[in-house]
Amino acid sequence: MNRLDNLFSHKKKDTLAIYFTAGFPKLNDTRRILLELDAAGTDIIEIGMPFSDPLADGSTIQASSQKALGNGMSLKLLFEQLKDIRQETEIPIVLMGYINPVMVFGVEAFCKKCQEIGIDGLILPDLPLWEFNNNYKSIFEKYGIHAIFLVTPQTSDERVRILDAASSGFLYAVSVSTTTGSSGRFNKEQESYFKRLSNLKLNNPILVGFGIAESKNFKIANKYLNGGVVGSAFIRAIEKEESVDGFIKSLRG
Amino acid sequence: MKTEKIAIDKRGYYGEFGGAYVPEMLHANVKELQDCYLEVLADPAFQKEFRSLLKNYVGRPTPLYFAKRLSAKYDTQIYLKREDLCHTGAHKINNTIGQILLAQRLGKKRIIAETGAGQHGVATATVCALMGLECIVYMGKLDIERQAPNVARMKMLGATVVPALSGNMTLKDATNEAIRDWLSNPSDTHYIIGSVVGPHPYPDLVAKLQAVISEEILEQLPEQTGRKLPDAVMACVGGGSNAAGAFYHFINEPSVQLIAAEAAGLGVHSGETAATIALGKPGVLHGSRSYLIQTDDGQVVEPYSISAGLDYPGVGPLHAHLAATKRAKYFPVTDEEALKAVVELSRLEGIIPALETAHALALLREIKFKKEEIVVICLSGRGDKDLETYMKYLM
Repeated sequence: MNRLDNLFSHKKKDTLAIYFTAGFPKLNDTRRILLELDAAGTDIIEIGMPFSDPLADGSTIQASSQKALGNGMSLKLLFEQLKDIRQETEIPIVLMGYINPVMVFGVEAFCKKCQEIGIDGLILPDLPLWEFNNNYKSIFEKYGIHAIFLVTPQTSDERVRILDAASSGFLYAVSVSTTTGSSGRFNKEQESYFKRLSNLKLNNPILVGFGIAESKNFKIANKYLNGGVVGSAFIRAIEKEESVDGFIKSLRG
Repeated sequence: MKTEKIAIDKRGYYGEFGGAYVPEMLHANVKELQDCYLEVLADPAFQKEFRSLLKNYVGRPTPLYFAKRLSAKYDTQIYLKREDLCHTGAHKINNTIGQILLAQRLGKKRIIAETGAGQHGVATATVCALMGLECIVYMGKLDIERQAPNVARMKMLGATVVPALSGNMTLKDATNEAIRDWLSNPSDTHYIIGSVVGPHPYPDLVAKLQAVISEEILEQLPEQTGRKLPDAVMACVGGGSNAAGAFYHFINEPSVQLIAAEAAGLGVHSGETAATIALGKPGVLHGSRSYLIQTDDGQVVEPYSISAGLDYPGVGPLHAHLAATKRAKYFPVTDEEALKAVVELSRLEGIIPALETAHALALLREIKFKKEEIVVICLSGRGDKDLETYMKYLM
């Protein structure tokens, strides 16, 4: 069973996914950070595959990506770093990144590698739905990799359902149309958007991402949906060498 | 308006190149444009306004000028399509006039743009002033320094120029910032892309708006030469909008050679280059699949060219398709060769071209034409913005 499905079969609320950039702050930190997050009680690990031109990312993740690439990070190296990870943890792992490096690696070769390592899902924000459905869906399915799509406050109910149907594992609800790393407390408009998504009774669990930096917004996400994803705030914390355990505890409030 | 010359499918693919690789945040905006652009372009009211502004505001048609002394030097018949005489000094305004009218029809209140050499930034700032719309132009910090006159012009026109500080701080990085702005402001903002790049429908939209260049050549050439078609059309390519416009109506005329110059910087294999067709492999950047200068790991390589307008690691998907199918030929031209061509045209014809344009002119040294052959070169822009670079070179 895919580890994401396994998780959501018993966990309906307060699901915490943490994003961090592979190869950051130091090249070989990927595995250490993953295991520390697991030990601290994270539910899902989202590993960012750094890209030179991350269009959907704000300054924090851009800078971490650039640093990671400067450190020598690559997809090949990431797969090397994660090689025996399943001997140590069964936490669901999702890779997130941009389509170009994956296409250059070869989508089938990439999915095959993911299966060998035990990666559970992929988030590729600039992969168009049409391309996925017509060219890649069968490959993802062949290797048991869940495709996770994004929805935004501007996405119509009809399209949310289409994206839900294309997704497996979970659906990623972007809290506000912007790049990653936005801040400020979720407002009424965002709450009504979460409520709208909740009322659609979709097939997939829904995690809220973009704009969760502390426990207040995480609580609001949990009030309506299945949990949240934290990225930029965690990157800032590990950059300052804060305790991973302390960070997770404070998020959980 | 004759526009249906290029085979593009409904998802925006020219063969294997094109498409719309955008995150969900931009889905609605891009879809809205895809659904309406052909209808808007075909609307007689749009065409009337567009044509009237091109004539009375931009100064079209631009002359097709027989360059007598240049022709004598290269022993062939060279005609220059004088896009440098457009209002604001380059072909870029053909596109911005069209897109500002489109933005108005979509009810957008805020306009953003990226710019390299600043010509597209100036052309966007100009039409925003004309229509009374807010204008924000993203420009790499390096380009702000090397194209200072255009930065001043944008400011005079009331635009806000925002420096892009990532990467090499050039055109690619400015485009990243413009896209980030757009996905953060999806409802009130229209993004006027300056070249035949970006997600579908931009490559086709911009090509169709620039197609006026070849449309006029088709009208002017018989009047001056008695010949219906030229033997060759040449242009420079960064993203490739002036080349797309100059080639457009000749793409299905196999007797017309289509020849483009891309920026080789210090040399194709120097590591300091923007010669995308020579070095690129298929890849996705800024919303479409095209050739891209990238590492084996799929990371985009920072480009280099002395010319800010050609300093870009990608190229429009139309050009990738024309190159892959061998319909057009793309030649790399170095900084040094371009600078020589600048001086040559200035001294032989009294026309100071932009650095970008000079790359196309430099091909005259590389490619030998017969005496009776007619070669049309798209003189895409004037060199005022580059005078500081030229002065340094002359010393």
